Amino acid sequence: MSEFDTPAAAVQGALDAGASYADARVMHRRIESMNARNGEIEELNQHEDAGIGVRALVGSGWGFFAIPDLSDAAARLAGERAAAIAAASASVPGPAATRVPAPAVSGSWASECLVDPLSMPLSEKGDLLVMLTSAMKSAGADHAEGSYNVWDTRKWFVSSEGHRIDQHIRECGAGISATVIGEGETQRRSYPSYRGQYGTRGWELIAELDLAAHAERVAGEARELLTAPQCPSKLTTVILGSEQMALQIHESVGHAIELDRILGWEAAFAGTSWLDLAELGSLRYGSELMNIKIDPTIPGALGSFGFDDEGTPAAACDAVRNGVWVGVLAGRDSAAVAGLDYGGSVRSDGWARLPMVRMTNVGLEPGPHTLDEMIAATDDGILMDLNRSWSIDDKRLNFQFGCEIGWEIKNGKLGRMLRNPTYTGIGPQFWRSMDMLGSEVVAWGTENCGKGQPGQVGRTGHPAAAARFTGIRVGVTG
Amino acid sequence: MTLLDIASRVIDLVAAASPGAEAEVLAEGGELALTRFANSFIHQNVADATTSVRLRVHLDGRTAAGSASIAGVNSGPAHGFAPPAAVDDDALGRLVARTVAAAHLAPRDPQWPGLTAAAPVDPVPPVDPDTAHADPDARAGRVRDFVLAAGGLETAGYCSTLSLSTAFANSAGMSASSVTALAAMDAIARSGKADGVARVASSHISDVDGARLGARAAAKARSAVSPRELPPGRYEVVLEPTAVNDLLENLAVYGFNGKSVNEGRSFVEVGAAQFDPSLSIVDDPFDPHGFGLAFDVEGTPKARRTFVDAGTTIAVAHDRRSGALAGVPSTGHALAGASSSGAIATNLHLQPTGGLHAGEEEVAGPVADASVQALVSQVERGLLISDFWYTRVLDPRTLVVTGLTRNGVWLIENGEITSPVQNFRFTQPYPQALAPGAVLGIGSHSVGIPSNQWDVLAYRAPALRLASWNFTGNPSG
Repeated sequence: MSEFDTPAAAVQGALDAGASYADARVMHRRIESMNARNGEIEELNQHEDAGIGVRALVGSGWGFFAIPDLSDAAARLAGERAAAIAAASASVPGPAATRVPAPAVSGSWASECLVDPLSMPLSEKGDLLVMLTSAMKSAGADHAEGSYNVWDTRKWFVSSEGHRIDQHIRECGAGISATVIGEGETQRRSYPSYRGQYGTRGWELIAELDLAAHAERVAGEARELLTAPQCPSKLTTVILGSEQMALQIHESVGHAIELDRILGWEAAFAGTSWLDLAELGSLRYGSELMNIKIDPTIPGALGSFGFDDEGTPAAACDAVRNGVWVGVLAGRDSAAVAGLDYGGSVRSDGWARLPMVRMTNVGLEPGPHTLDEMIAATDDGILMDLNRSWSIDDKRLNFQFGCEIGWEIKNGKLGRMLRNPTYTGIGPQFWRSMDMLGSEVVAWGTENCGKGQPGQVGRTGHPAAAARFTGIRVGVTG
Repeated sequence: MTLLDIASRVIDLVAAASPGAEAEVLAEGGELALTRFANSFIHQNVADATTSVRLRVHLDGRTAAGSASIAGVNSGPAHGFAPPAAVDDDALGRLVARTVAAAHLAPRDPQWPGLTAAAPVDPVPPVDPDTAHADPDARAGRVRDFVLAAGGLETAGYCSTLSLSTAFANSAGMSASSVTALAAMDAIARSGKADGVARVASSHISDVDGARLGARAAAKARSAVSPRELPPGRYEVVLEPTAVNDLLENLAVYGFNGKSVNEGRSFVEVGAAQFDPSLSIVDDPFDPHGFGLAFDVEGTPKARRTFVDAGTTIAVAHDRRSGALAGVPSTGHALAGASSSGAIATNLHLQPTGGLHAGEEEVAGPVADASVQALVSQVERGLLISDFWYTRVLDPRTLVVTGLTRNGVWLIENGEITSPVQNFRFTQPYPQALAPGAVLGIGSHSVGIPSNQWDVLAYRAPALRLASWNFTGNPSG
């Protein structure tokens, strides 16, 4: 008996029911989360599930079925159900379904993990959150929150083309935030970001964050924000810290270069993209400083894996080179429709969800400047960091983002703290205005990227550095 | 073996493993099927049949929760949920063992509110078998009808069915079970760069008429071609039900959330006349066309509750924890794993002015129906809004929200639609838009809005005519 027997039975069930292609993933997931507030544990959840998801192609129609039953008989029936669903798809048929060729791969991959976060004593993890939130509460927070999340995923993939792949991915992260209640408004400061920093690493990632060293500071800054001047409404120069830049990349580049959006497959929900495939290789997305890579091979980054969820080995490619759009996030089927020769970015949120085009690690290559140089070179501007709100249109063009904190920049020096900083723009205009880019890149992790129907949550990575943009509209208020 | 049998078995296992422990169990099983189409063909067609058990244990002043998927569910050719014939007792035992072990190691929980006492639950409306057991052909057929009715326009969207069974048991003697089902269709037709949308959610799949929805979406799309750009600023608006639904969701999450009220993060003051006196909002899990369960994840029985009565907030949503802190009972709005975010009303219904079907007749052009048309006809100059998109809260206390319009905006002049308009960005305090004097009209009937697939919300809303909406940007920036 091998772990591949069950997905193989599912694939065979689908083929025997008329599928021309089928693949199946068995997954076993363990998830743990803990939240603390004001020095007390608010919630501890431990979840474990196992199941199989089968994808079948009948004619030009796809079908998918999933169950939490790993007997060979149940897996075979699941394959048959997937094929029956695929047959129903053929009643509203599309063009012939093709896939870019992919050699059958047998492989195994595991993320590096020095300290297994699920083996750490619960009491030790709980004591850390209690200590952190107590410290923030004592330092002036009205509501001090801390949390960590752990995901431990094992999966076995089999396809009718001969793939046999197993992976073990461990992800975790943590963060703290302090909220203060003022007259008619709230202010919040977080470290290292609101929901925390995440990666495909073990507890060593959380230890390296040194959350305790920042607890009092964030509480104090949140209180200070209540009396800080409001961010002015004007056009100005903006410097964004690297955490906000990760959000900027995620929303206005990462989603825009998803090939399923470009092809209209997400038109009714997540939306489409302002990008037109006819301009791939020639469209100026941003300034010459803008170099964005799709790279699921970055050790420890949250969007890393050995193989995507249709068996394509992880490989890096360019999305934007010297400001010109040159690449997309794709799967085997969407790439074939677009006439491209690469997939590699298909992922699913668990065994019960259909694999679809998702971000892996999408991030900036470093620039030549330091943050100090950017500030020194700015006569009049605002430095903003740590995302607080984010909204962007369904073509990934028109955005308005808010940050937790801002600082005035006057004559090359940081000045007063500013509250409620927001900025707004149109994607390509914004990126074309980037005239300085930091050299210090952090691979930020986003653990809550939503997409798909039924909804799927993805975990993505975004290497990012501070950057400067000119002529930006700031301070939009209601 | 019923789900209630499974829940009761887990309670027995906890009692054996840790005598005296307080325990509550929620067993859920269901089949979710969703047929998705784009570029006018079905491109994703999925279903999953799952059963899971969630256990929460409190012992020696410490609390932990654990959950697990359960094997043995219906995986045969039948459609819709069927409980497992048998369950692996060892799997339940492992869940109990690790959750009890976690509770022993967890930090102390001085805010533990105790278990729900045994109480009867009111039954939710019976499940429509055609909805609960819909097969792939039933969904594909509605998709085909939508595509054909769009008359050659490109189409995209989904048709889904969900059957959900839930059972609850706790060591205080409370036990109950509930079954519900829902069908939904949410799709667009596209004419060039102009999109038109049509949506419906109902406990009866017979209410999901793909042809009618396709024709409505196509009419909207055709009326939205070549939109003009208008300057940002304040406009009177008529919000169609799909846009009103966004207001309800944000009010539920940030406003009527008892925990947020306790902590001073919400603008809501119980007893204060913060809304226009024409507005009443109820939470009604027993709506015969809705999607509701008879109790929440803590086993608290659900009830029809009025949140806003003629403009005055008279109640907010509580789970046992936030209710205890506020000195009031739980209102039955606990959600799994939501101790940090708080209780959220799941079945809000903004009350319309007419009967169930008053004004739902089709009308020509981009307006959703006769009910919305009646509001449009009263506007001297304003905008008709189909949909909001990507709304995010800038500050939870003021409930200032930014977002965009989507799927169609039209200029209204002297009671008539005069031209399509390009999408806007807005930055608007939602309470201000609904404040006394700000609501100029309410539609005569309400529409069930499909959940956004991220939650279990089942809201109903009519159209609203509002005096002012703050648009802060347009496609130019």
